[in-house]
Amino acid sequence: MSHREQSLAQELGDGETPRQIAPTIRPATTTTRDLRLDLFRGIALWLIFLDHIPSNIVAWITIRNYGFSDATDIFVFVSGYTAAFVYGKEMRERGFIVSGAHILRRAWQIYVAHVFLFAIYLAEIVYVATRFENPLYAEEMNILDFLKQPDVTIIQALLLKFKPANMDVLPLYIILLLLFPPILWLLQARPTIALGASVLLYALTWRFNWNLPSYPSGHWFFNPFAWQLLFVFGAWCALGGAQRLSSVLRSRLTLAIAMAYLAFAFFISFTWYVPYAGQFVPSWLEEIIYPIDKVNLDVLRFAHFLALAVVVMRFIPRDWPPLKSRLLWAPIACGQHSLEIFCLGIFLSFAAHFAMTEISGAFWMQIVASALGIFIMTAAAGLLTWYKRAEARNPGSRPKKTPDADLAGGEV
Amino acid sequence: MTRVIAAALLLWVCSAVAFAQSPSCEIPGYLLESPYELKRVNASVLQDHRLRIAVLGTGSSILAGPEGPRSAYPARLEAVLTKRLPSASVKVVTVVRSRETAEDLAIGMSKLLADEKPDLMIWQCGTVDAMRNVDLDEFREALDKGLETLQKSGVDAILMNMQYSPRTETMIALGPYADTMRVVAQQHEVPLFDRLSIMHHWSDTGQFDLYATGKDNVLAAQVHDCLGRGIATMIIDTARLGAIEQKPSQ
Repeated sequence: MSHREQSLAQELGDGETPRQIAPTIRPATTTTRDLRLDLFRGIALWLIFLDHIPSNIVAWITIRNYGFSDATDIFVFVSGYTAAFVYGKEMRERGFIVSGAHILRRAWQIYVAHVFLFAIYLAEIVYVATRFENPLYAEEMNILDFLKQPDVTIIQALLLKFKPANMDVLPLYIILLLLFPPILWLLQARPTIALGASVLLYALTWRFNWNLPSYPSGHWFFNPFAWQLLFVFGAWCALGGAQRLSSVLRSRLTLAIAMAYLAFAFFISFTWYVPYAGQFVPSWLEEIIYPIDKVNLDVLRFAHFLALAVVVMRFIPRDWPPLKSRLLWAPIACGQHSLEIFCLGIFLSFAAHFAMTEISGAFWMQIVASALGIFIMTAAAGLLTWYKRAEARNPGSRPKKTPDADLAGGEV
Repeated sequence: MTRVIAAALLLWVCSAVAFAQSPSCEIPGYLLESPYELKRVNASVLQDHRLRIAVLGTGSSILAGPEGPRSAYPARLEAVLTKRLPSASVKVVTVVRSRETAEDLAIGMSKLLADEKPDLMIWQCGTVDAMRNVDLDEFREALDKGLETLQKSGVDAILMNMQYSPRTETMIALGPYADTMRVVAQQHEVPLFDRLSIMHHWSDTGQFDLYATGKDNVLAAQVHDCLGRGIATMIIDTARLGAIEQKPSQ
C-alpha cells in the first residue's frame, strides 16, 4: 500500500476500503476524519497528564494557566464530536438499536477502565497509609478514614459516587455516553432542537443547581448536566453544525472578538500568579467574573474554549501539511487511542508522583517524570496502532462490522 | 592534627545542628503582603495596649504530644508577638475542632466571639472540606457566613488555608478549595495567610523536607515555629504596627 493509499484508508477508518463508504449520501457531514481532532485530543491527553502530577513545574506550560478553560474542555468537545461522527454514521446506516447498543458497550468499557484506575488508586493510598508517618500531617492522614469501612467505600466507588481526586473525568463520560443514543438520534433528526434542549438543560442546571450526589458529601466535580453542553455542542458541530457556522467562523469580526477575549482571559489569569497585577482588576469586574465555576462549566469557560477553537481553526486548516508529517505523529496517535492513553496518563501521573515522593521531588525529577510519561504514552499509542493494523491484516480475522471507536476517533 | 580535624568536625556538626534547629523561616514578601488593613488590631495595640487573638481551626492548628500545644503555631505566634510588640499584652487562644468543616466552624463562630472576645480571629480551614469533597458552593457560603459574622461584630479576621502536604497531593484535591478561599478573602477584604504557598515555597527551596517520614516532632515544631513567625509579620504589617515594633535582634 502506498503512503497515500494508507493514509486514505486510515482516514476512512480501519479495515474499510474507500469503495464501501463512498456511495452513501450524506448531505451535511463529511466522510473523512479531521486529523486536527486527533491532534488536539492527543495534546489534551498530554496536558491532562501533566496537570495531574502535583507540584509539577512542567504543568506551567498547560493552557489552564493562561485562560479560563483547560485541557478537559478540549477533551470533552472533541469526544462529543468524534462520538457523533462515528456513531452517527452507524446510526444512519444500521439503525438506532445497533448503534445505541454500541454506544452503551463503549460506556461499559469506560466503566471497567474507571474501576481499574480505582484499584490502582487504592493500592497507592494503602501503601502511603502503612508507610507514612509524620506528626505534621496528622490531619491529612484522615483521608485514610475510608479504609476503615471498605464495604461502604468500594460500593460507593462502583456506584460512581465515591470518586477520588483526579478521577472525575471518566464518570462524566460514562453518564454522557449512557444518555447519548437518544441525543444522537435527535441531533440527526432535528439538530437545532437537540442543541436547544442541551442549552436549556444547561440553563436549568444553573437556575436550579441540579447535580448528581457524591460520597461522602458534595456533588460531582464535573456536573454532567452542565458539561453535556460541550459534548452535545461537539456532536452538533460534527453533524453539520460546523458547516452551518462556517460563515460566522470565517468572519474577521468573530476572529477579532475571539482574540480580544483570549487576551482578556490571559490578563485575568496573569493576576492569579502575579499578585501585584490584581490591583488593576476593578472590584466590579471581580464581582462579575468570580467564581469561575469549573463544576458547572462556567459560561466564561465555555466562551474561552469557543474563542480558542475559533482562533486555532483559523490558523490550522483541515489540510494543514504537518498533520500528515512525522512531527505530529505522536500526539495524533495518542488522540486516536484516547481511552487507553487517558487511563495510562492517570496511572502515569500517580507513578510520577510516587517517584517524586520516594526518590526526589526536585525540579530535574519533575522534568524527567513529565518527559518520560509523555514518551511512554506515545510509545503505547504506537504499539496500539501497530497492533490494530496487524490484526486487520491477519487473513483469518473476521471482518469488522462495528465501527472502530478508537481509530475513527472514538470517545474518551 | 587529628585533634584539629576532630575539633573542626565537631564545630561543623554543631553548626549544622544549630542551623537545623533555627531555620531562617524565609518567606517571599509577596506571600505575606496584603492590601487590607487590620484596623481593630491597630487600635487595640496602640490605644488599649493589649491584643487578643483567637485561632479557630482544625487538626493542623495543633501538634500531638505533651509539647504539642506549646510548639504549635498559635503558641509560637504569641511568643513572637509578645517579643515584637513589647508595649502590648498579647494573648492567643486556640480553639481546635478536629474534623469540622468550614460550615461547622462558621456555626460555632458567634459563640466563640462571645466567649473569647478577640480583636483578631485567625480562621484556619479548608483541609477537612477538601477531604470530604464538600460542595464548593457550600464551602464558599460557609466562608461567607463566618466572615460576615466576624465583620458584623467588628472583629478583624485573617483567613488561613491548608498545609502543603506533598505525599497526599494526589489524594486530596486542595486546589479548588484554596482558590475559593483566595476569592472569598478578596471579596471580604480580609488578608489571607497562604500557608499552602508558603510551605510549598519552603519545600521547593529545600528549607524543609516535607516528604520526610518519621514519628518525631522536630520537623513539625520547626515548621510551626516558622508559621507563627510568618503570621506575626503579617499581623504587624497589615495592622500598620511597624513603627512601634521591636525589631528582632538578629
